[in-house]
Amino acid sequence: MEIKVLGPGCAKCKTAYNVVEKVIKENNVNATLVKIDDIMEIMNYNIMSTPAIIIDGEIKIKGRTPSEKEVKELLGL
Amino acid sequence: MIQKFADWLVFSVFGLSVDTSLGVAVNFFFYDTIKIIILLFVISFVMGIINAYFPVERLRNYLTTHKLYGLQYFAAALFGAVTPFCSCSSVPLFIGFVKGGIPLGVTFTFLISSPLVSEVAVAMFLGSFGVKVTLVYLISGMVLSIIGGFVLGKLRLENYLTEWVKSLQQQSTANNDVWQTENTSFAKRLPTIAIESWGVVKGVFIYIIIGIAIGAAMHGYIPEGFFEQYLSSDSWWSVPLAVILAAPIYANAAGVVPIVEVFVAKGIPLGTAIAFMMSVITLSIPEATMLKKVMTWKLIGIFFGVVTLFIILSGYVFNLVM
Repeated sequence: MEIKVLGPGCAKCKTAYNVVEKVIKENNVNATLVKIDDIMEIMNYNIMSTPAIIIDGEIKIKGRTPSEKEVKELLGL
Repeated sequence: MIQKFADWLVFSVFGLSVDTSLGVAVNFFFYDTIKIIILLFVISFVMGIINAYFPVERLRNYLTTHKLYGLQYFAAALFGAVTPFCSCSSVPLFIGFVKGGIPLGVTFTFLISSPLVSEVAVAMFLGSFGVKVTLVYLISGMVLSIIGGFVLGKLRLENYLTEWVKSLQQQSTANNDVWQTENTSFAKRLPTIAIESWGVVKGVFIYIIIGIAIGAAMHGYIPEGFFEQYLSSDSWWSVPLAVILAAPIYANAAGVVPIVEVFVAKGIPLGTAIAFMMSVITLSIPEATMLKKVMTWKLIGIFFGVVTLFIILSGYVFNLVM
C-alpha cells in the first residue's frame, strides 16, 4: 500500500502526517508513507485544499485533518 | 442568560462589587469569553456543514463550465466566505483556479473574501459588536472582494505570475477532468465536522482569552471617550493610518476584535476600527510569502495595494454612515 500525505507545511498538514504515521506504526501496517510538500508536485494531483491523504492513488481526505479512527478505517483496520 | 451567569459568578460567588473597576472588568471577561466561545462553535459548525455540501472543487467545476456574465465574482465571494482558510491553502486554491482557466480577477475575489469573511471573524464580530455591525462587516467584506477582484482582473496582470503558473494557465482547459471530491457520507461527516469546529475553538482559545483579558482590563480602567481627544472621525488621516499600521500584523481575528471593541467603546470611530480589523485579517507578511510561490513581488504589491486602497475607502464610508 502506498500512502501519500500532501501539504505545503502548515500546522494542519503536519498533524495529518503524524496521525497517519502513528496509525501505521502502532498497527504494523505494511505501507510506504510519503510526505509531499512541494507545491508544484501537489498541484499535479489536482488538489485545492490541503492537507490531503491519497491511498493507492485515490484521494481519501482533503482539506482537513483526519482522526486516528478515520485513518484506521481507511486502511481497513 | 450568559449575563446572568456572569453576574452570579462574579458578584455572588467571587464576591466582587458591581461598583469597582475590578468587578466590572472580571464580569466583562467571563461574559465575553462564554458568549464568544458558544458563537464560534455554532458558526464553525454551520460553515462546516455548508462546506461539506459545497466543497471548493464544486465551485471550481461550476465556474469552469458555466458562463455567468459577472455573477462569477459574486459566487467566488460567497464561496470564499464559507471556505475555511489557512494562509497555506491560498496557493493550492489559486493554482486550482488558474488551471481551470478561471479569470484571474475571479480568483482574486476568492483570495480576498476567504480570509476576510471567516467563521472566526463573524463569531468575534457578532459577540463583540452585535448583529448590525456584523452584517455591515459581512456585506462590505463581500462587496470589497468583488470590486477588488474585478479591478485586479481589469489590470491584466497575467504577466506578473511566476513562470510555472503562466505555463499552467496556458495549458488550462475549461472542460478538463472534473476534480475528484471526497466521497464520505454526510452522516459520517457530521461528527467530524463537530470535532473540527471544536478544533477551531481550541485553536484560537488562547487568543480569545488574551484578547478579552486585555479588553476587559481596558474596559474597566479607561474612561469613556478617552480616545476621542486623539482620534475622532474628523481627522482624515486616521483611517489610512490604522489600515497601514495593521497591514503587516498577522493576528487572529480572535485576539484583536475584543481589544478593538474596547477602543470603539472608548471613542474610536467604528469605521476606523473595522478598516483596521480588515487590514489585520487580510494583509500579512506570512500571506505574502506564501503567494510568492505563484506571483512575482510586483503582483503581490499590486494585489496588496489595491486591497489596502479599498479597505481605506470602506473605512471612510463606514465613518460616514455609522
